[in-house]
Amino acid sequence: MADTLTITGNRHGTLGTSPRRPDGVAKVQGSFEFSSDLGGDGVLWGATLRSPHPHARIVSIDVGPAWRIDGVAAVITADDVPGHPTYGLIEDDQPVFATDVVNYVGQPIAAVAADHPETARRALAAIAVDYEVLNPLIDAEAALAAGSVFRHQRIVYGEPDAAAAMPGVVAVEATYEIGMQDQAFLGLEAALAVPDSGGGGVELYVATQWLHEDRKQIAACLGLAEEQVRLVLGGVGGAFGAREDISLQVHCCLLALRLGRPVKMHYSRHESFLGHVHRHPANIWMKHWATPDGDIVRIDARFVLDGGAYASTSEAVLLNAITHTQGPYRCPSAVVDGYAVRTNHLPCGAMRGFGVVQACYAHESQMDLLAEALGIDPVELRLRNAIRTGDELIHGQVMDSVAPVERCIRETVALPFPDEPVGGHDGDPLRLPGGAGRTADTQHVYRGIGYGVSMKNLMYSEGFDDYSTARVRLADGVAAVKFATAEVGQGFVMLAQQIARTVLGVDEVVLDRIDTDVGSAGSTSASRQTWMSGGAVEAACRAVRERLFEHVGAAHGIDPLRLAIDGTDIVDLGVDTPGELRISVVEATAGLVFDETLEYHHRPTERLDHNGQGNCHTAWAFVAHRAVVDVDPDLGLVKVVQVATAQDVGVALNPLSVVGQIEGGIAQGLGLAVMEEIVQIDGRIRNASFTDYLLPTMLDMPPVVASIVEEYEPQAPLGAKGVGEPPCISVTPAIAAAIRDAVRQAGRDPSTLNRVPVRPTDIVACPHG
Amino acid sequence: MPEFFTLNVNGVDREVQDAWLGESLLYVLRERLGLVAAKGACEQGECGSCSVEVGGELVCSCLVLAASAVGQPVRTVEGLAEPAAPTDVQQAFVDAGAVQCGFCTPGLVMASHHLLDTNPEPTEMEIREALSGNICRCTGYGRIIEAVQQVAVSRGASGG
Repeated sequence: MADTLTITGNRHGTLGTSPRRPDGVAKVQGSFEFSSDLGGDGVLWGATLRSPHPHARIVSIDVGPAWRIDGVAAVITADDVPGHPTYGLIEDDQPVFATDVVNYVGQPIAAVAADHPETARRALAAIAVDYEVLNPLIDAEAALAAGSVFRHQRIVYGEPDAAAAMPGVVAVEATYEIGMQDQAFLGLEAALAVPDSGGGGVELYVATQWLHEDRKQIAACLGLAEEQVRLVLGGVGGAFGAREDISLQVHCCLLALRLGRPVKMHYSRHESFLGHVHRHPANIWMKHWATPDGDIVRIDARFVLDGGAYASTSEAVLLNAITHTQGPYRCPSAVVDGYAVRTNHLPCGAMRGFGVVQACYAHESQMDLLAEALGIDPVELRLRNAIRTGDELIHGQVMDSVAPVERCIRETVALPFPDEPVGGHDGDPLRLPGGAGRTADTQHVYRGIGYGVSMKNLMYSEGFDDYSTARVRLADGVAAVKFATAEVGQGFVMLAQQIARTVLGVDEVVLDRIDTDVGSAGSTSASRQTWMSGGAVEAACRAVRERLFEHVGAAHGIDPLRLAIDGTDIVDLGVDTPGELRISVVEATAGLVFDETLEYHHRPTERLDHNGQGNCHTAWAFVAHRAVVDVDPDLGLVKVVQVATAQDVGVALNPLSVVGQIEGGIAQGLGLAVMEEIVQIDGRIRNASFTDYLLPTMLDMPPVVASIVEEYEPQAPLGAKGVGEPPCISVTPAIAAAIRDAVRQAGRDPSTLNRVPVRPTDIVACPHG
Repeated sequence: MPEFFTLNVNGVDREVQDAWLGESLLYVLRERLGLVAAKGACEQGECGSCSVEVGGELVCSCLVLAASAVGQPVRTVEGLAEPAAPTDVQQAFVDAGAVQCGFCTPGLVMASHHLLDTNPEPTEMEIREALSGNICRCTGYGRIIEAVQQVAVSRGASGG
């Protein structure tokens, strides 16, 4: 009985409701402190000197001229790093400062601290670095040929030869390209480092996704024990994967420790493009074989992901990509080769969707090709092959998550289409591709429809125990919850309160500061915090509740196992004595303190073997998207008119937040489909600004019609799956498919539209007939 | 040249000491006057995070030299309402789920107030056009449009 989670009537603020977020008023009033808002009198400005070359040998560095500028307090290089000279998430291969060689444009070489950001800028300009420029390695295939590879992983599954030899099988193949996307969070990298008065340690206020991992890497580079480095989460202005790696953390701490004074660092938007990892650009070849009836019998694939200059999470991104080759469809045999290569491009790592975005664009494009070759409706083909719980995946793992793929597809298809015709009823040019420039004409605009369906693994994979920790203290009817979970905007602060209210029957839940004074929460990534940190908060609340029940039971002579929480009361659920005891939690805890800290671990996973077989993943979530687009095929302009979606969420613990994740993810997937790409020419980024790197605005983003598919996930501590990544994954191929559909209706052949983002020139180049 | 100039911010005259004349209004508000609600996110007037009003006009404060705002009233998010007493727009943003990371929010709140002050009953397309200079990377804008529409309806109902 004590184990029963009673959600009586969804009391406001508990699980299943959408309470106001606790930081909401501060954020709308501008008083919420983002990491870039921290500072104060006497705080110096740090800044970073970066390589202008994608590949060069450093002949000499002369920092003398920088020292001679008034207001410059410190200039540091690799010689000033007292601890480990490199850092990195999986492999510590990235130098704190470059020494003999630079491997990408933007690689840090030196840092300064000064009294004004303008002084710091001039100091950087004064540092004289003599380079011997080398030829950069910028072609991923050339890198592969040269053996410049972070990871090669093969998957061989089933009986591929027999499948390909089946009578009447139909095969389709194509090569797909995905451009490099930027997370483009609004809140630029920022930190404030405050050295201890004794000089023995440092406190860093930083916008990050993973406080404890940062601390581990920072402490190693500073040559300090981890206890001497304390991290506090500075308000985070979005993350999306770009704050999982170290950026300015070590530099800022080094400057502060050197000077014995607080130092803050803020990246500019240009520097931000250079200073964090990006989504891997990918080249993917896929071949699908199917029976004439449309049953997929074999998939072959070859992935080449450009990891850029340093390892970051490339090996994990590659794992995700290749183990999602099949998408949410059954597949009895497969041969897949995946390569993540090292080049002199910007380093790539985590971004929302983490390898699955790339795989999904390819497999969904293939499903449309296959449907066309078989003469089967693309939705029917997807339904026919939709994965179900119990199916085995191509890496040999059994799908044991709730898998409502068919339901997601059917609910998406059933959602209403937009009621406005091309151009709308009011003739407003803003409704047309190209917008108010009046470049498009309604007569030349074609409307297309496309579908995408995806599967995404949740949590970390391949043996990584990404546990989470929470401490809950219940006293006088007030619960205080502490965790190191990075709140990056997703609303975990709200969810933690909802969990505590539900499990403990209290209304008042206070959140402690988010810092390293409690155990790790793991990273806010991989759609994992609702499951992992939600699980930790729930476990700590349950432990507190057990103690409370023991206390109340002893006081009233009742077996604590008979007690439960009903709303805000403790009640007796004994068969013979129901309702005999009813006492409010506030009353029962008067003058008492219950304090418990717990860790939540997901089930163990394992690395793939040499054939790519192994139980490497923890759980999965699914989603379907339908896109409606208007295209002017002569001008190559696209207007996304509507996106419909049905998403598998387990249960919606906070429905309004789920909608927020769905709409926000779709916006990022739309960006990748039609506008967002980091352009590098000869290893140099050419659009490191919001003027040139285009993000969806309110005029680019269409209305979203969403259906939330709720099927309780028994393996999840709260029945809920992570909802952050799925929305951004299959919307990209859905939009691409809709563009192909529109191009086809215009009497053109869209078969060359095999890359995202789809550029105007790609559309215009589609031949007639 | 005087060693300070005076800005009228949220109805209060504030002396700006020792500023380099090239400093933007955004920098001066944040770093010299301690008014950090306006955010810097692109430094190019592309994202609207730094939106404030100068002389009643909505501007990107990253593109305005602070010294050029002398003699004109400057209004920032801090001047919209007392702490813990949010405006109708601010409350609607919280209630409608228009706030996630919140970095774009002060700019969007300024832009939404400006829109509703000049066009009390905007169509959805007018909202999209008016707020298209404000980039939000978290929400996909749906809940923001919802919030603005809620305010327009409630102001209309109350005769406001």
